[in-house]
Amino acid sequence: MSLLALFFKRKPTAGVARERLQILLAHERIATGHSELLAKLQEEIIQVIAKYIKIDREQVHVKLDRGKDMSTLEIDVDLPSVMPLLGARG
Amino acid sequence: MAKVLVVTSGKGGVGKTTSTAALGAALAQNGANVVVVDFDVGLRNLDLVMGAERRVVYDLINVVQGDAKLAQALIRDKRIDTLSLLPASQTRDKDALTPEGVARVIDQLREKFDWVICDSPAGIEKGAMLAMHHADTAVVVTNPEVSSVRDSDRIIGMLDSKTAKAEKGERIEKHLLLTRYDPGRAARGEMLNVEDVLEILSIPLLGIIPESEEVLRASNVGSPVTLASPTGAAARAYFDAARRLAGENIEVVVPMERKGFMSRLFGRRVA
Ligand SMILES: Nc1ncnc2c1ncn2[C@@H]1O[C@H](COP(=O)(O)OP(=O)(O)OP(=O)(O)O)[C@@H](O)[C@H]1O
Ligand SMILES: [Mg+2]
Repeated sequence: MSLLALFFKRKPTAGVARERLQILLAHERIATGHSELLAKLQEEIIQVIAKYIKIDREQVHVKLDRGKDMSTLEIDVDLPSVMPLLGARG
Repeated sequence: MAKVLVVTSGKGGVGKTTSTAALGAALAQNGANVVVVDFDVGLRNLDLVMGAERRVVYDLINVVQGDAKLAQALIRDKRIDTLSLLPASQTRDKDALTPEGVARVIDQLREKFDWVICDSPAGIEKGAMLAMHHADTAVVVTNPEVSSVRDSDRIIGMLDSKTAKAEKGERIEKHLLLTRYDPGRAARGEMLNVEDVLEILSIPLLGIIPESEEVLRASNVGSPVTLASPTGAAARAYFDAARRLAGENIEVVVPMERKGFMSRLFGRRVA
């Protein structure tokens, strides 16, 4: 690569900035603002899932996307390949 | 009906004071009765940007504490007679601003003016909270840069939960003003672009103010940029933003890169 190309082909970084912000703010919106409610919701969701499925807390992601007309609550749970159900019939 | 507007951001130095002066002047230039109020106690600068620093006698704290009448503290602009300034004090004592006192002053201002524009201090402490508390409308000033966007997101959360409107269960109107926008750097992917910021913050766009030397020159001579260089790109963007605030429906134009010497020399490949 010529020196000139090195100079002009710096990798655009705005995309990285956008992604980092989206992830960070999704968490901060839950942790702050009118979100005491959301923090509680996250905790209770984890507890309810943990009642039935053995999960790692770190593998549960609750994310709120705020939109102009509609907001979405996304709950993402990574399950182990063999799913150990905990006495769901009890 | 008077409208109280707060110009806020969380992060410091993004252009709140510049935008307060420019939007206030633009609305007044269009005939509205406007007062710009400096809430940055201890670090007042709106007087300087407006070119009224030598005319300050009384300030917001004097009025809040009852040491001066509102009419004594208001400074009428020498160039636009429908524009006034209520300066902040330089005292260190931020606690001098009480919520009750501020409420009383804002009520009085509502009676006299069409627009009450409050220039918020940076941060999320008491001063910023007082500045936003009575607002009907908020202008969230944001630079296309990660820390500014993050702080704006935080401020939006506070507008939605801590203002008088929010406490009454009403919605506060929020607008995004993207400032210090560098079209070239956005086009090259070096800076968040308009869509990125809008997607992340998801509040309606009031305008895009390009990075411009005219802004600095205007502040050097103590004049809102809409008065100092009314035909320049920054001033035109502020004029359009002011008309949108007043309810007009004007399309937002994303500033484009002006071709400089280098890019003409190398053609498209530079971009
Ligand atoms: N569009 C612009 N182009 C170039 N410079 C700008 C622009 N907008 C603001 N500035 C400059 O940025 C600096 C900070 O602006 P300003 O004082 O308005 O920010 P602020 O948000 O009020 O800061 P603070 O948080 O300290 O009150 C000033 O030097 C100003 O001239
Ligand atoms: Mg300021």
